[in-house]
Amino acid sequence: MYTVKNYVIADSLEQAYDLKQKGRNNIIIGGNLWLKMGHRAIQNAIDLSRLGLDQIEEDAEGFRIGCMVTLRQLEVHEGLKTAFGNVFQEAVRHIVGVQFRNLASVGGSIFPRFGFSDVLTAFLACDSYVELYQGGTIPLREFAEMPLDNDILTHIYVKKDGRRVCYQSYRLTETDFPVLTCAVARKENGFETVLGARPKRAVCISDVELHTPEDAGEREIYAEQTAGKAEFGSNMRGSAAYRKELAKVLIVRALTELTEDETCR
Amino acid sequence: MEETRFVGKGIVKKDAEALLSGRPVYTDDLAPDSCLIIKLLRSPHAHAIIEDIKTDAAKKVPGIAAIFTYKDVPQTRFTEAGQTFPEPSPDDRLILDQRVRYVGDPVAIVAGKDEACVNRALRIIKVKYQVLEPILDFTKSLDNDIIIHPEDNYVAKEGRGTDPKRNLCASQSRGEGDVDQVLADCDYVVEEVYHTKAVNQAMMEPFGAFAEKDIYGRLKITSSTQIPFHVRRIAARALNIAKSNVRVVKPRIGGGFGAKQTAVCEVYPAFVTYMTGKPSKIIYTREECFIHGSPRHEMQMSVRIGADKNGKIRVIDLHTLSNTGAFGEHGPTTVDLSGTKSISLYRDLDAFRFSSDVVYTNVLSAGAYRGYGATQGIFAVESAVNELAHKMDMDPSVLREKNIVREGDRLSNYYGQTTESCALDRCIARVKEMIDWDKKYPYVKTGPHTIRAVGMALSMQSSGINDCDVGSVQIKLNDDGFYTLMIGCSDMGTGCDTILAQMAADGLGCDYDKIIVRGVDTDQSPYDSGSYASSTTYVTGMAVVKACEQMKTRICEEAAPLMGLRPEQVEFDGALISEKKNPEHFMELSNLVTRLQAGSGTIITAAASNTSSVSPPPFMAGAAEIEIDLETGKITPVDYAAVVDCGTVINSNLARVQTEGGLVQGIGMALYEDIQYTSKGKLKNRNFISYKIPTRLDMGRVRVDFESSYEKTGPFGAKSIGEVVINTPSPAIADAVYNGTGLRFRTLPITSEQVFMGLNKK
Amino acid sequence: MQIEVFLNEEKVQADIRPDMMLLDFLRSMNLKSMKRGCDTGNCGLCTVWVDGKPVLSCGVPAARVQGAHITTLEGVQEEAAEFSRFLAAEGADQCGFCSPGLIMNVLALKKENPHPTEEEMKEYLAGNLCRCTGYQGQYRALAKYFEIEEAQ
Repeated sequence: MYTVKNYVIADSLEQAYDLKQKGRNNIIIGGNLWLKMGHRAIQNAIDLSRLGLDQIEEDAEGFRIGCMVTLRQLEVHEGLKTAFGNVFQEAVRHIVGVQFRNLASVGGSIFPRFGFSDVLTAFLACDSYVELYQGGTIPLREFAEMPLDNDILTHIYVKKDGRRVCYQSYRLTETDFPVLTCAVARKENGFETVLGARPKRAVCISDVELHTPEDAGEREIYAEQTAGKAEFGSNMRGSAAYRKELAKVLIVRALTELTEDETCR
Repeated sequence: MEETRFVGKGIVKKDAEALLSGRPVYTDDLAPDSCLIIKLLRSPHAHAIIEDIKTDAAKKVPGIAAIFTYKDVPQTRFTEAGQTFPEPSPDDRLILDQRVRYVGDPVAIVAGKDEACVNRALRIIKVKYQVLEPILDFTKSLDNDIIIHPEDNYVAKEGRGTDPKRNLCASQSRGEGDVDQVLADCDYVVEEVYHTKAVNQAMMEPFGAFAEKDIYGRLKITSSTQIPFHVRRIAARALNIAKSNVRVVKPRIGGGFGAKQTAVCEVYPAFVTYMTGKPSKIIYTREECFIHGSPRHEMQMSVRIGADKNGKIRVIDLHTLSNTGAFGEHGPTTVDLSGTKSISLYRDLDAFRFSSDVVYTNVLSAGAYRGYGATQGIFAVESAVNELAHKMDMDPSVLREKNIVREGDRLSNYYGQTTESCALDRCIARVKEMIDWDKKYPYVKTGPHTIRAVGMALSMQSSGINDCDVGSVQIKLNDDGFYTLMIGCSDMGTGCDTILAQMAADGLGCDYDKIIVRGVDTDQSPYDSGSYASSTTYVTGMAVVKACEQMKTRICEEAAPLMGLRPEQVEFDGALISEKKNPEHFMELSNLVTRLQAGSGTIITAAASNTSSVSPPPFMAGAAEIEIDLETGKITPVDYAAVVDCGTVINSNLARVQTEGGLVQGIGMALYEDIQYTSKGKLKNRNFISYKIPTRLDMGRVRVDFESSYEKTGPFGAKSIGEVVINTPSPAIADAVYNGTGLRFRTLPITSEQVFMGLNKK
Repeated sequence: MQIEVFLNEEKVQADIRPDMMLLDFLRSMNLKSMKRGCDTGNCGLCTVWVDGKPVLSCGVPAARVQGAHITTLEGVQEEAAEFSRFLAAEGADQCGFCSPGLIMNVLALKKENPHPTEEEMKEYLAGNLCRCTGYQGQYRALAKYFEIEEAQ
C-alpha cells in the first residue's frame, strides 16, 4: 500500500496540472487499482473525479472519451457499439470482473502505456488521439511511443472512419492478463494489426499488404509476415516463441472474422 | 440402513443465516480495536545468517510498542504442524532464528498501534546478513554440502528416519514380495517419473489470529484454525509456558483446506501479548499467505508398474521424493499417503514397494493441503496406470475394471487393513455412463481446429487416522428437552457443526432444531484432534452416536425411579419416556428435566470419545472431458463427472458441494496453478494475479453422483468425503490431453504452451 | 481529513487518513460484512455499491467517496435474504467468507439485468472468487433465483 500526505480533489485541470509539476511524488489517481498495489510515498494524490471527465460524448466525427470514464462505461456504451461493433466490449470484458471495471479508468489504462493493456491495443487499432492538458491533441500511435511525462491525459478521441476492427486476445484463464492481444483493422485501403502484451507495449504494424483477404492462403502469409515484424518477449505467462506463434493464429482468426463474419464490424 | 429423519438429507447449515447476512463472525471481525498491529520483517535471502540487526531507531517510531528479534525469543525448538500427539514432525524452528532459511522467513516482529507506524518501523530496521548459498533444487538436497538444519537443539521424532545432517526430514521403505523379480516377469512395464508442485490452498480468508490476556491473566488466542487444541500445545511449547496458561478459541473460519492445520501465524500475537501484556493481532496479506503459508509438498515420484498380457496388474513400485521446504511441518506424514492411497487402489499384487525421502530446501515450509500426499501419489500412479493401458492398447477404464480393489479385499499398502465398504466398481460404471465414455473415448473432433477428449482416474483417501485421531463430544440436556452438543472439531465452512447435529438429532430421536452446537473453545470443548485427515464425519461422528446412546440410557435411568420403575422397564423415543409394557404410562422429557432441575435428581450430561482401529477409505472415480484448441494448445475444461463412495451420505447438499469444490481445486492444480521461483529462491506467485485459481469461467461444468457402500464402523454407515474429492482431476485431465493429442505430461500444471510446443514438434 | 458520506442511507461524518481505502473505512465504521481477500483487486470479497454501482471497496480511496451513497450488505438485508435462501438451500454458503461480496454483486446484476442469460450471469460474477464450492452450487442457487433453465 502507498502512503498519501494530501488527497486533493482537484477543482480544475490547472490546479491538478500545477500539483503534478511538483515532482514524481505527485500523482494522478485514476481507477487506483494498479497504483494501490505499489508502495509509493505520495505527496499529493490528485483526484480528477469532479471535473466532468467521466463522460463519453459523441459528435459527427467520433467519440470524445474522458479520462475518468470507466472500462465498464466503455463496455456497455451503445454508441460505441454501433460505430465499432464489439471491439471495446471484447477488449475489456476479460478484465477481472464488473466491480473492477467499474473503477478502472480509460485514462489510467492508456496514460501509463502498460504492456499488458487490452485497452491500449483496442484504441491503437482505431484512428485515436489523446488530448493532453499541455501537449494538445496528438495521435495515440505517436503518444504510445513517447516516454512518460508530467502532462495530464484528459480525453481520448476516437474517429468514426468506417474501419472495421476485430479484437482477439489469448489468456491462460478467462480473467487473467493476456498472454497476447491482437486487434486487426480493415480500412478502405488495407489492413493494420496491433499486437499487445508481447509482453511489451502494443505496436501497430501497417506496412504488410493483403490484397485478397478472402483467400485463406494469403491470410496465412499476411499473419506470418506481420508477426515477423513484431518483437516478442518472455514472462511468467509465456515465452517469446509461443507468443509469436499465437500472434499468427490470432491474426488469421481476426482476418477470417473480418472477411467472413458479417456481424464483425 | 436404519431409518433416519435428518441423516441423508440436504439440511441447511446451522450458521447459514449468520454467514449470509454478513455478520461479524470471523477472526478479524472480532478482534478488539485496541489490538496492537503486528507485522513481520522478512528475509530477502533464501539462506543467510543474521550478523547484526539494529532496531533502536525503529523502536522510536511513535506508536511502536515492541520489536523482537532472534535475541528475544525462547530457545526451545518446536513445530507448527498441528498433528495428533505425539507429533511426527520434527521440532526444527524457533519463533525467530538467527539463521533464515527461505525468502520471507521472519527476521523481526514489529507491534504498534496502527499499520502506518508499523510499516514505518519495518522500513528502518537495519539488518546485516551473511548470505549463504541456498538449496533450491530439491533433487539435489540429500547429502548436499549445504546443511539447512545444523543446529544442536534440533529434535527428531522417533521412527521417522530423520537425519538433519543429510537434509533428510524423513525416510522410509516398505513392501511385499520381490519387486524386481516380478517386474522382470511382466509382459508390460511402465517406468516414469512424475512431478507435482507446491500449490497453495488459497482459502478466501487469509491466515489471522489475535491474542489477549483473559480475566485470569491467561493467554487467550482467537485464531482462524482447524486445530485449536494443537494451537494450544504449539503456543505453549513455543513460549515455554504451561498449557494451562493458554486458551484457544476458534470463531467461524473462512476456509482452510489444510492450510490452517499448521499454526503459521499464531505464535506471533501469542508472543507479543505474552511479552507486552497487550492485545495484539496479525492478519496476513494475501502475499503473506503465499510466501509464508503452508502449501502442498512438492513431490517427484518414480513409478514402475507391470502387468501380464491379460491386463492383470502384478506389481507397483513407487519412490517419492518430497520437498518439505525450510521446515518439517507435515513432512514425515504427507509423503506416506503418496504410497498408501495410490497403490492400494489395486488388488492382489504379487509385489509392491513404497519408499520415500523427505528433504529440506530453502523455500517456505510445506504443510497440509487437502489430499495430503495422496493427491501427488495418485497423480503419479493413476497416470502410470493410464500409460500402462495405452501401452497395452487397452481402454484405461477396462484395465481398471480388471484390477481395482473390491469389497472384502485386503488393501495392498494400507497397514494390513481390509476394506469392508467399497463401491469403486459401481463408481466406475456410473462415471462412464455420466460422461458417455464409450462414445467419447479417446476423443471426438468438434471443429476445424478443436477436439474434445476424455480421461479417467480413481481416488481413495482415509477416514481419520486409525488408532490415533480422537474425537469427543459432550451432550447436555437442557430445559424443555433441548440439547447442547459440545464439540472440539473445527467447522471451517465444511458444515461439521451441521452434520454432527443431524446425527445427534437422529441419535436422540428429536428435532434437528433441538440440537444447539457449540464451537470450539479449548477451555470448554471436549478434546478433538482437529478437523483434518478426513476425520470429522467418521471419527467425531461416531463419538456423537456413542454419546447419544449414553444420553438415552441416562434419561431412562433418571426417569425410571420417578415413574416408580427400574431403568430396564422404560424406553425413550426422543420425546417420551414410557413403560415398555404399558406405553400409556409415560413421562414427557421436558417434564423430566423440570423435575431434575427442581432438585430431585441429577443434571444429565453424556460424554463420549471415539477413536477407530481402522480407517476405512472412501473411493471415487472421476472422468474429465476437455476441449483442446490444436492451433493454440489451449485446454478448456468442459465437463467433469465424479462418482463418490463415501459410505452413507450424511448431508446430501454438503457432500455434493464438498465434492464440487474439491474437483475445481483439482482442476486448478492440473491446469492453472503454476508455482514458479526466481533463480534466487523468491516465489514469483505472490498474489491472485500470478497465481490463478479457477474463476467461475474456468472450470467448465462439474457433475457429482454418489454410489454408497455401508461402512459398519462409521456413524450411520458413513466414511469421509473432504479430501478424496481433490485427487482425480490431475491424472484424468493429463490422460484426456494424451487421448486428444498423443502428448504425455508428467509435470503439473499442464500449460497450453507445453501442449502447443508438443503438437508442433510432432 | 474530513468526509461526509451516506452509509446505508445514514449520513455520516468522519475523520479519515488521506490514504485510507473505502474497505478499511467501512470496517472501521463497524460495517464488517465486506472482507479483504487479496491485495490486488482480484477476489471480489470487498464488493459494495458506490452510488448504486458494484465496486471493489479495497480500491476506492475513502476520500473519493465524499458525498456518495455507500451500500453494504448490512443495508440490503431484505433483498439479500431472498437470494441467500437459495444459496443456503444448496449448501453453497460453505465458509461464507466470499458470500457478502457475491451477494452484493448478484443484487447489482439483478438491478442492472433482471433476467440475465446463464452466460451473462456467469460473466457478471466472474470477479467473485470462491475456493470452497467450485461455483457449481452457487450456479444452482443463481439459476433458481434468476429463473434460468439449467443447461443439461
